[in-house]
Amino acid sequence: MNISRREFTKIGCRVIIGAAAGTAIVESIVSNGIAAEPSSTGDYDWNEHYWGYVIDTRKCIGCGRCANACKLENDVPFDEPVYRTWVERYRVLKEGEVKIDSPNGSIDGFTDDIPAEELKKAFYVPKICNHCENPPCVQVCPVGATYATNDGVVLVDYDYCIGCRYCIQGCPYGARYFNSKKGTADKCTWCYHRITKGLLPACVQACPVGARVFGDMKDPDSDVNKILDKERINVLKPDLGTKPKVYYVGLDREVK
Amino acid sequence: MMVENLIWGYVYPNEVEIQWSVLIVLYPYITGLVAGAFIASSLYHVFGKKEIKPVARFALLTALSFLLVATMPLLTHLGHPERGIEIMFTPHLTSAMSGFGYIYSFYLIVVVLEIWLSFREDIVKTALGSQGWKKLLYSGLALFSYDVSEKALHEDEKLAKKLAIIGIPSAAFLHGYVGFIFGGIKANPWWSTPLMPLIFLMSAIVSGIALLILLYIASMKLRKHAIDHKCLHSLAHYLWIFLILDVTLELLEIVSMKYASLEDIEIINRLLSEKIAFTFYGVQLTLGIFIPFILLLLVGIMKNRETLKMIMISVSSIFVVIGVFAMRWNVVIGGQEISKSLSGTLTYVPVFFSQEGVLPAIIILVIPFVILVVVTRILPPWKDMEEEVPESKTKSTIKHLY
Ligand code: SF4
Ligand code: SF4
Repeated sequence: MNISRREFTKIGCRVIIGAAAGTAIVESIVSNGIAAEPSSTGDYDWNEHYWGYVIDTRKCIGCGRCANACKLENDVPFDEPVYRTWVERYRVLKEGEVKIDSPNGSIDGFTDDIPAEELKKAFYVPKICNHCENPPCVQVCPVGATYATNDGVVLVDYDYCIGCRYCIQGCPYGARYFNSKKGTADKCTWCYHRITKGLLPACVQACPVGARVFGDMKDPDSDVNKILDKERINVLKPDLGTKPKVYYVGLDREVK
Repeated sequence: MMVENLIWGYVYPNEVEIQWSVLIVLYPYITGLVAGAFIASSLYHVFGKKEIKPVARFALLTALSFLLVATMPLLTHLGHPERGIEIMFTPHLTSAMSGFGYIYSFYLIVVVLEIWLSFREDIVKTALGSQGWKKLLYSGLALFSYDVSEKALHEDEKLAKKLAIIGIPSAAFLHGYVGFIFGGIKANPWWSTPLMPLIFLMSAIVSGIALLILLYIASMKLRKHAIDHKCLHSLAHYLWIFLILDVTLELLEIVSMKYASLEDIEIINRLLSEKIAFTFYGVQLTLGIFIPFILLLLVGIMKNRETLKMIMISVSSIFVVIGVFAMRWNVVIGGQEISKSLSGTLTYVPVFFSQEGVLPAIIILVIPFVILVVVTRILPPWKDMEEEVPESKTKSTIKHLY
C-alpha cells in the first residue's frame, strides 16, 4: 500500500486526537470530584471564584456519610460532640407534633424508633456553615481572627484566635464549635484546602445521592448555578439578614 | 447518657457544650459593682450630696479593688489567654467586644486619678510626717509634689470634679457596653434586645450601692465605730430609687417580649417557666427587687428605731447583691440554655474544680476584698467616716430623706 506522507500525518493526527479525547472522557468520569477547571496549587486566584453550596433536601436519605467524611477529612474529633456538618431528621407525627433529632450528628445514621404508621411525613435536612455573605460571626470577633475570603468562604485564623467564643454565640445556626485541642473556635471551611485545588468538599463528594452540590457562582455553567437558575430556593433564617450562601431546595417551614 | 437527660427537644449538635460558664457570669457582675460604686461616689463628688461624703472616697477604693480583677474571669476563660492582649493591638471594630480593652483602660485611669486627687492631701501629709520606707512610698505616691496649700487643694477638688464628670459617662459606658455584648447578639432571642445595656446599667448601680452599704456597715462594725445613719439612709434612699428604675426596665423587657409574641416566644416561655423560673422570678425579682423595695420603703417611713432600720437596710442590700448576681446568671446562662434552633433547651451544670469552674470563680470574687484591705491600709478612708457627728445628733436629721 502506498500511503503518502500527507495522509500518514492525517491518520496520525486522528489517532492522537482520538486518544486525547478518550483520556479526556475517562478523566471526566474519574474526576467527578472536580469543582472547577483543574488547576495546580500555585495558580489559584481567589478573585476568580465565588463559591456557593446547594442542598436538595428532597434527595437526602440520612445516611450520614457526609458527616463522617467531614470528620475524617478535617480531623474533627470523633469522641467529642462537635460537628462541621450534620444531618437533622424531621418527623411530623399524625397528631401534629414535630420531632427533630440528629443523634451524633447523623454519623451513625438514624434508627426507626417511631413506627411508620404514626408518621405523617418525614425528611432529612443536612446542615453546614452557611458561609454567610453578611456573617455575624465575623462581625463579633474582637480581634478579627474570623474572616471572609474573597472567594466567599468564612475561615478562622487558628494562630490568631484568642478563644473567647463570642463567634460561637454569634452564629445563629450552631455551625461553630470550640476546638479544645487548638484552644480556638473552629468550623466548616468548605474544605478550603480541597476547593482551592479544584477538588470538591469531602461532604459533597461523599454524598451518594447528590443532595449536596458545590460550585462556583461566578461560573454561569456551574452545577450550583444550574440549580439556582431553575429551582425555587430558600435559605435558613433569612430574617436575620445573614445572607447565607447555602441554598436549600425543598426546605420545610419547620426547619430552623 | 447523662447529657441526654439535660436536654429537652432538639438542640443543634454543637450546642451541647455550654460555652460561657460561671466565669462569664462574674464578668458583668464585677464590672457592675465597679460602675455602681463609682456612681455612688460621684453622688458626692459631682452632685455635691454631702450626706454621701463619709463613704465617697471609700467607694472609689471599692471601685478600684473590683476593677483590678474585672479582667480576670475573662482571661481565665480564654482558649489562648496569652493572645488576649491582641484585643488592644488589633481590635476588630465591628465587634462589640473589641472596645473592652480601651474602655477598661480608660476607666482604670480615671478611677486611679480620681483616687489620687482625693487622697493627695493625706498622702502628702503622711509623706512629710514619716521616715524611711514609708516616706519613700508615700513620696512616690505623691509623685514628689508636696503642695497642699489651700489653693492647690482647691485646684485638686475642681479637677476631681471634672474627672468624676467624665467618670460617670465612662462608668455608664463600661457597663452599658457590657450589656451590649449580649444585647447585640441577634442569634439569641433571650439576649437580643436594645434594652439590655440599660438593664445592665441600672442593675449595676443597684448592686454597687448595695455593696457599698454592706462594706460600710461591716467596716464600721469591725472598727467598732458608730455608723453615720444619715449617710446610710441616704445610700438606702438612692438604692430604692434605682431599684424602681431597674425593675421597670426588667419588667418592660419581659412584658414586651411576651406581648409581641414572636416566633421565639415559645422557647422563651419555656426558659422562664422551667429553666430559670426559680432564679428569675424567685431570686432576681422577688428576693432581689421586691423584698428590698418594700423593706427600704418601710425604712423610709419608720421613725427612730435606728438599729432595726440598719438591719433592714443590711438585709435589703444582701438581697440586692444576690439578686443582681442571679440577674447576671439568668442572662448569661439562661441565654445559653435555649437552643438557637428554638426547638429545645439544655442545662448548664457547673463543675467545681476546673479552669472554668466554681472554684476559680470564688477565688476571683474573694480577691477584690483582699485588695480592698490592702488599699485601705495604704490610703485609709476612715477619717471621713469617723470624724462625722456622733450618734445622738444624727437622729434628728434623718427624717426628711424619703
Ligand atoms: S453559618 Fe455561622 S459560622 Fe457560618 S458564616 Fe454564617 S454565622 Fe458564620
Ligand atoms: S473565639 Fe476566636 S474567632 Fe471566635 S470571636 Fe473569639 S477570637 Fe474571634
